[in-house]
Amino acid sequence: MDRFERLIGRAAPMPAADIDTDIIFPARFLLITEKTGLGRYAFYDWRYGADGKPAPDFVLNQPAYRDAKILICGDNFGCGSSREHAPWALRDLGVSCLISTSFGEIFRANCFKNAMLPIVLPPETVAELLRRATQGVELEVDLTTCTLSGADMTPIPFDVDPSRREALLEGWDEIAIALRKDADAIAEFEQRQRLTQPWLYERD
Amino acid sequence: MAEIPSTLPSTLYDKLWASHVVREYDDGQSLLYIDRHLVHEVSSPQAFEGLRAAGRVVRRPAAQLAVADHAVPTHDRDKPIADPLARKQVALLAANTAEFSLRNIALTDADQGIVHVIGPELGFTQPGITLVCGDSHTSTHGAFGALAFGIGSSECEMVLATQTLRQRRAKNLNVRIDGDLGPGVSAKDLILAVVANLGTAGATGFAIEYSGSTVRRLSMEARLTLCNMSIEAGARTGLVAPDEITFAYLKDRPLAPKGEMWTAALAYWRSLVSDEGAAFDKVVQIDADAFAPQATWGTSPDQSASVTDATPDPSDATSDAARRRIERALDYMGLKPKTPLRDVAIDRVFIGSCTNGRIEDLRSAAAVLKGRKIASSVGGIVVPGSGAVKRQAEAEGLDAVFKDAGLEWRDAGCSLCVAMNDDRLAPGQRCASTSNRNFEGRQGQGARTHLMSPASAAASAIAGRIADVRDYI
Repeated sequence: MDRFERLIGRAAPMPAADIDTDIIFPARFLLITEKTGLGRYAFYDWRYGADGKPAPDFVLNQPAYRDAKILICGDNFGCGSSREHAPWALRDLGVSCLISTSFGEIFRANCFKNAMLPIVLPPETVAELLRRATQGVELEVDLTTCTLSGADMTPIPFDVDPSRREALLEGWDEIAIALRKDADAIAEFEQRQRLTQPWLYERD
Repeated sequence: MAEIPSTLPSTLYDKLWASHVVREYDDGQSLLYIDRHLVHEVSSPQAFEGLRAAGRVVRRPAAQLAVADHAVPTHDRDKPIADPLARKQVALLAANTAEFSLRNIALTDADQGIVHVIGPELGFTQPGITLVCGDSHTSTHGAFGALAFGIGSSECEMVLATQTLRQRRAKNLNVRIDGDLGPGVSAKDLILAVVANLGTAGATGFAIEYSGSTVRRLSMEARLTLCNMSIEAGARTGLVAPDEITFAYLKDRPLAPKGEMWTAALAYWRSLVSDEGAAFDKVVQIDADAFAPQATWGTSPDQSASVTDATPDPSDATSDAARRRIERALDYMGLKPKTPLRDVAIDRVFIGSCTNGRIEDLRSAAAVLKGRKIASSVGGIVVPGSGAVKRQAEAEGLDAVFKDAGLEWRDAGCSLCVAMNDDRLAPGQRCASTSNRNFEGRQGQGARTHLMSPASAAASAIAGRIADVRDYI
């Protein structure tokens, strides 16, 4: 996985609550079996009108936000379907940090697997960041110090699970780590379970 | 595992969790062992590609079961899939599972169906196991007392390679439902009301255990419906403690343990209950007696009401954000504030999905439709959740009831719940649907979805508008 350490970029406001992964990546594009180049489908039905032309009202179509790297989101962003195409598409679009009061849990987990940082902050902080984003400010996200900063603003600390933080900072390949460091523990677990719940191993 | 240290009373979820911890990390995350993995064509291609690129193998092929359900057509199944992208995706699942030695249930196989319908049907889903799938409705399987949750493709790859996932333990939420469901009220009405009560993120970070006298009396299939939509309140996991109803359902299923193994398994499964006095982080009490049939009016599954009620008035909202949310939903749905739900005319009906595509669902819809015709302004499809459901329905003559009423009888798949195949609504079309999500565009670009039970969808088809099923039974 790529690393995520520090990011400076424009923050786009997306204040609607419950933006689900069907909005982020409509289901009809799920027939694609690759995970690259999906940015063109991100927010498709909000981003383009029925005529196929960019919808001028949609925030990421506006000149100030076209190159946004951060989204300040309404509550419960990324709820719904587990499709990892949603973070793949956002990342391909250039967005790799999302800030909200809460995220859909599967979406949030998927972000961490793709060098993306979802940050959870209290409602009043997110409301303030939404206000700032509306003014088109740049923000700096620093995962090494777990702080969010910008011009004329007191740096905001944020929390990330230590192992998820390390995974992003180091660009972990979690599967390689499990196979290298946890192989014995997994094998021991299976040996033990095979004795106590043998019915789970009848077909191996 | 069977020997759970039990000095303190534990919840069912905590027991399931503790029995699958391979190791704990310093930051409170755990490496969790995954007993079973359901694989489908949409979330798996990138996982298999990852394995291939890294030269990795599948650790336990026998712990996986694959089937194509999302992209498959529900008609003309004797012909090749017409959509070239869907054809390629389904073929890729067959090729990947062959390459990595997984069992794949082909489209032509009698057992094909929606992952969350065939898992229980085949006995692949069992109490006490951890079960994952690259699909958010994996919470369905918790109805057996299994710790089941949806994951993304990267996590699918991790499970294929290591049979483990790095996870953080959820908090415990007890949704206790007591009382008797009235006529025409089903598990779907219950879960819609639960989601409305909790809100879309009300159970985020929690595992829900459903308990209470109402839940104890629910059939296995009704419990599957209940657990299925836990994710719509934000919970990745929904649970019902296994009991005699569970064991009777499971006995003699093809993949269920047999003979001495069954006896041993049963002894263990009986220990899978929340202990007396186990502490939940949150408890919600629901009174089933009070219930009318429910239907959604908005674009989020929590935006529902009793079918006898009306759409909300945004000006009654308690905050600006809540008002904007209601306005946005009503605008998309093409509805005015304070519109009685029973005045809302529908164009289409969809009966099916992993929420409501099982035989009991089809029976309850057919009971309403028997000897009646759907309104001339309405069209619709009935899509059984699996090949087995289809055969059973046909053996009972339910297909004839649906066809005589004016509905189309299809083959098994996710169909109009996710609209990845050609079962799709036109922009602006309004559908009475037994599926699980009324999101914008979920049933097609610009489509409008009203979630309800199979019996309510059948009644609405007859009325040509959202109907109170109690007027038809």
